[in-house]
Amino acid sequence: MPGQWMKSFACWPAMHKEESKVMKNNLFALVKKESLHILRDKRTMLIVILIPVVLIVLFGFAISTEVNNVNVAVVAPDRTNGVNDAVNRIAHNDYFTFCGYINQDQIDQQLRSGKVSAVIVFAPDFDRRLEQIYAGLPSTPIIQLIVDASDVNSAGAATAYMQEILLGTASQQAMFETRMLFNPQMKSAYNFVPGIMGLIFILVCAMMTSVSIVREKEVGTMEVLLVSPMRPTKVFFAKMIPYFVISCVVLIIILLLSYYLLHVPMSGGVWGIFSMSLLYVLLSLSLGLLVSIVVKTQVAALLLSGMVMMLPMLLLSGMLFPIENFPKFFEVLSNVVPARWYIEGIRKMMIQGSPFVAVWKEFAILLGMTVIFFGVSLIKFNDKLE
Amino acid sequence: MSETVISVRNLTKRFGDFTAVNNISFDVYQGEIFGFLGANGAGKTTAMRMLCGLSYPTSGSGTVAGFNVMREGEMIKRHIGYMSQRFSLYNTLTVGENIKLFAGIYGLSKQVTAKRSDELLARLKFSSERNTLVKALPLGWKQKLAFAIAGIHRPEIIFLDEPTGGVDPVTRRQFWEMIYEAAEGGTTIFVTTHYMDEAEYCSRVSIMVDGEVRALDTPTRLKQQFNAGSMDEVFRMLARDAQRGE
Repeated sequence: MPGQWMKSFACWPAMHKEESKVMKNNLFALVKKESLHILRDKRTMLIVILIPVVLIVLFGFAISTEVNNVNVAVVAPDRTNGVNDAVNRIAHNDYFTFCGYINQDQIDQQLRSGKVSAVIVFAPDFDRRLEQIYAGLPSTPIIQLIVDASDVNSAGAATAYMQEILLGTASQQAMFETRMLFNPQMKSAYNFVPGIMGLIFILVCAMMTSVSIVREKEVGTMEVLLVSPMRPTKVFFAKMIPYFVISCVVLIIILLLSYYLLHVPMSGGVWGIFSMSLLYVLLSLSLGLLVSIVVKTQVAALLLSGMVMMLPMLLLSGMLFPIENFPKFFEVLSNVVPARWYIEGIRKMMIQGSPFVAVWKEFAILLGMTVIFFGVSLIKFNDKLE
Repeated sequence: MSETVISVRNLTKRFGDFTAVNNISFDVYQGEIFGFLGANGAGKTTAMRMLCGLSYPTSGSGTVAGFNVMREGEMIKRHIGYMSQRFSLYNTLTVGENIKLFAGIYGLSKQVTAKRSDELLARLKFSSERNTLVKALPLGWKQKLAFAIAGIHRPEIIFLDEPTGGVDPVTRRQFWEMIYEAAEGGTTIFVTTHYMDEAEYCSRVSIMVDGEVRALDTPTRLKQQFNAGSMDEVFRMLARDAQRGE
């Protein structure tokens, strides 16, 4: 009798081992299937790899909030040395194109026709009054800037820049000394890279996983997987793993492009950026999971992850508009947009050069959100089974 | 009499106030082809889900392949095969890859998988299609392949949920030959269908109406009992009294 006890006892660990081997096998089989499926869908694969590249190049070079090639005309009643000096500075600057002198009454027409976007008007008697200023005597303004502000952003930037250039002429005792930290050239690409990253991972992870899970529901293969001894949670893990790998590849592409092509500094350390991004990838995957549990059709999955998640993300994450400028309601609302925290953290590490410890708050919030989303989808999923 | 492989007593499933399956009891014996009929909404699918370990009964008891339906859903899943009315293979994988996938899911070793997939392909005369994408196969072939794959891990029972929907009569005939072959090999077949001619092929048939099993016997005896010429008439007589709509 004791011998039999021993025997049945002894076979436990062995059985356990056998069991775990089987489980690994079947997880691997599913991961392989999912990967094959993704790899065979060449078009989707191409889109996933190409979108980041296109976006980075587009935002990095084409779409830019920097002022470039601003056409400037000058009104100067007296072409004195002082005026020539100032005009030369403008003309030799890469950002401005000097379009010649015009008369007072041409200003309106030139601006309206769009031939120029800014006009600099020098006061008569410019040199003498300039000297008064040098001497510290009070004076009325001697330069007027008339700027086409139909594009607010570039008008603002152009004005600021012109002031800076002209100030050299107007007053040597500069009242302000401005220094642009972290991004001295004010390159807008710097600002967009974190935003693009926030966008792309939602796209790849949330959208693609949710659609692929819902597709299996629609086609009916999900049913077959659920009747198999495969644990439902494992079915989901098998779904997530290949997309996680793709996201890593995309992440590496983005980082390489932004470092070598756009010269984004990344002075905060690549590993910090990497871990933060991987966490964000997990979060997006959990979101995709949640979407796939809630909806029944692929179209609904696309709509939900595309419109309901992507749009607020674009608008509320601070990617396009600074959060500080939001009305109070939207500012509060932006707190629940995961991308906001991710973009903020990445911006700090990529551009400000903060070390990883400086973004612990963002990291913790993202971690919390991941846990919540993942937990909720697991609970929801188990509910559905009953 | 052969061994009992499915045995349920007073199985009930309620969703809130709605009783989908009301107190059903029956036995299925090894090697039988058990037809499970019922109009849409009669509770067939719910009953079948409980037997497959996909949902737990509200009350009642039962065993499938020797495992308790109340508690051992996961063990049941290891011992059954399943093929649904909707398509159950992966279109973007080849025939061979589909076989490997399901062999992997059921934890078969590499050697066993290789042996069984050769056998399976030879039996279906599919050997030349091993590397064809499933997408490219005609529907009838896909259904036959799906059935063969549902048996890849040699389950004791194979559940077929309207397996022949949308398939032409010739292929349906061939499909039923496969079912017979499997049953002769000792595998129990539990099949739902809407085709009454298929009901005639079954060893025994149960007919569900409004969540209850109203009739259960061999097709011949059912016809005698209801004094009907075909299973179709038997079914109509029973379904006429149904309270539940679609």
